Amino acid sequence: MADGAASYSPGGQSGVAVRIIPRLDIKAPNLVKTINLEGLRVVGDPSAFAMDYYTQGADELLYVDIVASLYERNSLQDLVHKTASQIFVPLTVTGGVRSIKDIQTLLRAGADKVGINTAAVRNPDLIREASRAFGSQCVVLSVEAKKTMYGGKGWEIYTDGGREHTSLDAVDWIKRAVDLGAGEILLTSVDREGLQRGFDYDLIHAVAPHVPVPVIASGGAGSVDDAVKAVQAGADAVALAHILHYRKATVGGAKDALRAKGIRVRS
Amino acid sequence: MVDYGAGNLHSVAKAYESAGANVVLTSSATEILSAECVILPGVGAFGDGMRGLEERGLVGALQEYAATGRPLMGICLGMQLFFDRSEEFGNEKGLGIIPGDVVAVPRTAGVKVPHVGWNDVKPVFRPSEDDAATFEGTPLEGVTAGEYFYFCHSFTARPRDAEDAIGVTRYGDAELVVAVSRGNVWGTQYHPEKSGPVGLDLLRRFLERTVAKRAA
Repeated sequence: MADGAASYSPGGQSGVAVRIIPRLDIKAPNLVKTINLEGLRVVGDPSAFAMDYYTQGADELLYVDIVASLYERNSLQDLVHKTASQIFVPLTVTGGVRSIKDIQTLLRAGADKVGINTAAVRNPDLIREASRAFGSQCVVLSVEAKKTMYGGKGWEIYTDGGREHTSLDAVDWIKRAVDLGAGEILLTSVDREGLQRGFDYDLIHAVAPHVPVPVIASGGAGSVDDAVKAVQAGADAVALAHILHYRKATVGGAKDALRAKGIRVRS
Repeated sequence: MVDYGAGNLHSVAKAYESAGANVVLTSSATEILSAECVILPGVGAFGDGMRGLEERGLVGALQEYAATGRPLMGICLGMQLFFDRSEEFGNEKGLGIIPGDVVAVPRTAGVKVPHVGWNDVKPVFRPSEDDAATFEGTPLEGVTAGEYFYFCHSFTARPRDAEDAIGVTRYGDAELVVAVSRGNVWGTQYHPEKSGPVGLDLLRRFLERTVAKRAA
């Protein structure tokens, strides 16, 4: 992406509605909630929560297998299969995806899109191979970004559920991954995740207007107003976890807040 | 439902089942030719999709089935494969059942590609009609104009014959043809199986009309 000045419309302005995406972090068989991607608490049965969010009007669901990357396994297949049998909105699955075969397995189980983080950092060519094999629209680059420490600028890419740092600059890496074929960016702020103090709007603003693919803001929503701010910062979709899991907000409530600001959502 | 190694079979099968169909996944030309209704789903790259059909010896079977007059429905890549060719990764030949080609989603100002998410689908306005455009008389009959459906694609069909286009959506400054119909063959660029209750209703009505018509 040589064109650094390119600017893409914020969510909802190109015709496509802003998506509200419940994010379900899963440590099989449980739905869990983390803080800074660590220290998890069990919330409940993911299938029950997923069905509830579907009924509430969720535009998509996001499953994140938070331990798969650590234990080199993928345990989400059965849950994906069950979900796709009952829930008729898109399902994105990420966590522990290491190969073309893993992606194929999840797609065949019923996932619509598959996210890659750790494996893509280790082998960026996996993004190219995956987008060739399944189409860019299936390939989500999952990004765990953390503000650079010691007064440095920007954000650094982390892998393995926010545990391992990489020295990769987040914005550079995202642009490279998009060039390789990533069709969407799941942009998780490790710093903000689980704290309910709002998204990292600077991070969203540093990425979303400058990449030609949709960006899902993730990590930090404490209220539906934070969803509005994420879209105003440029997000095309907003992932919500804590405020939905603990019934502090509903999918419909988040959409009402967006609609009240003139942002296009699916009714 | 044609199983040719392309993506989201499970979701489409479950959606059709919940809409009342008895779904058989098949890679057999014989089964396709004896089916009451054939669905061509698919996610992924056009070339891979065609190779998936070729490897299973299904290109001729689908063309032959289309000529029987029995209903053939495509979703997303499945719908794109009905056309003559696609410019995705070069120039790939399609099934040639609906005249036209498949081109990249136009990158008009500010637009992101792939076109991912929910967008509203409107009937094609035909100057010969007096009233506001509706889906009446098309396979989308019963769908409210402007209803939201889920999209996820980077390429878009461009039918040669304008009357084959039945649904459009606006993306940036471009109007994309997102539903096509020609005789017994039709398809959607969007995913009814991922469009919640509205999508399931669309599939159910299609089945009801199809079955009713064939029973009559």
